[in-house]
Amino acid sequence: MHIDWATLVAVAVVAAAAALTVVLLIAFALVGLSLRPDRHVDRPPGSGAGNGSATTLGKVISGLCLLTAGLIVSYGLYLIVT
Amino acid sequence: MDVTVFVVVVVLTALIFDFTNGFHDTANAMATSIATGALRPKLAVALAGLLNLAGAFLSVAVAKTISGGLVDETLINPVVIFAGLVGAILWNLTTWYFGLPSSSSHALFGGLIGATWVAGGADAIHFNTVLNKVILPALLSPLVAALIAISVTFLALRVSSRAEPGLARRGFKRGQTVSSSLLALAHGTNDAQKTMGVITLTLITSGLLAPGSAPPFWVVLCAGLAIALGTYMGGWRIIRTLGKRVSEIQPVQGFAAETTSAAVILTSTHLGLPLSTTQVCTGSIFGAGAGGRLAAVRWGMAGRIVLAWSFTLPAAAVVGAAASWLAATGPVGVIVVALTGVAVAAGIYVASRRSVVNAFNVNDVPPPTRADIAA
Repeated sequence: MHIDWATLVAVAVVAAAAALTVVLLIAFALVGLSLRPDRHVDRPPGSGAGNGSATTLGKVISGLCLLTAGLIVSYGLYLIVT
Repeated sequence: MDVTVFVVVVVLTALIFDFTNGFHDTANAMATSIATGALRPKLAVALAGLLNLAGAFLSVAVAKTISGGLVDETLINPVVIFAGLVGAILWNLTTWYFGLPSSSSHALFGGLIGATWVAGGADAIHFNTVLNKVILPALLSPLVAALIAISVTFLALRVSSRAEPGLARRGFKRGQTVSSSLLALAHGTNDAQKTMGVITLTLITSGLLAPGSAPPFWVVLCAGLAIALGTYMGGWRIIRTLGKRVSEIQPVQGFAAETTSAAVILTSTHLGLPLSTTQVCTGSIFGAGAGGRLAAVRWGMAGRIVLAWSFTLPAAAVVGAAASWLAATGPVGVIVVALTGVAVAAGIYVASRRSVVNAFNVNDVPPPTRADIAA
């Protein structure tokens, strides 16, 4: 009896790494966009602060996270197509 | 009955199965997006249908796996495949009526195994392949998906709690649009191939295609169109179950569940391992619910779904075996099987009209029953 454990484990590990990375990157991107000049990030949400636009640093962090997440998703699609 | 005529009948039956596979599995990709309001119901099923069609053209790895390994192609014939498909279609319709997200893949495998067993004996079934490619992944894939989704949701909730709530909600909803689209694409690459595999197997066993051949283009096109049309019809009963009766899903949970499901399905498709998308997606949704708050999950519903899963393979196998036995008696037997299948399917449809679930009331859920919330 041959059970292809290697493939099963590979599916679990790769899928876990990909899902975790993509979701956390999006979450960090949203945190980055929430960085406001008049609001420290540790302040509780809904405290009334943060009506201005995101800081440059926040936008850069957010952009990098979104770009990386996009690249991971694109690579996954590339693997399927090829 | 003329062989070519019967091959046409089997191919049409396979496409009907593909159609039921589509509307049965629309919920996999779109249930959480519809539940959180990330996508309007009609737009969601239209998007899912288009992406399923596109996904059907991306890979034929799973199609080759199914037609090449599950049963002995030299010992079975199109009558057996027809009987197996009837078993799978009837099980799909039954579980759709009860709003249970059971696996179309396992219904198909069960129907084929039962029908093949009757026609060719136990030797016609490659039990090692069934164990390795069907049963083991069936046991492990929902658990793996649930564990990944729990971890992903837990961490995402912690990280995103530092973001502005309104922005996070909008952001994850937009993310859901992408993740559910990716999942619909993944579903097309995985599930449309199953019908391609069955049709290819039919063509091989009837001598119209050489053993080991890849699915011809027209098979890929027809399978893609059938699953896309089925997806567009929307299996609203199952969408309601997965979107509203498992847990009260928030956008971050929906995004985590969909991303997890897409990652598992795309990885398994790339490695040529046919997983049940329904089991993966259901596991992910339960995991995402539990990752938010364990008590928020309606574990009674989980029990009912697992019960349906455990009956899927044997129930479809029994119907497939009975249909195979009857169809093997000759053309009259085949006609009797076909008419019986149509009558049962019509009965299920008529029964479903007593409590219609559609795009307009899919998110209107009555309060949970005791069975829903029992642990």
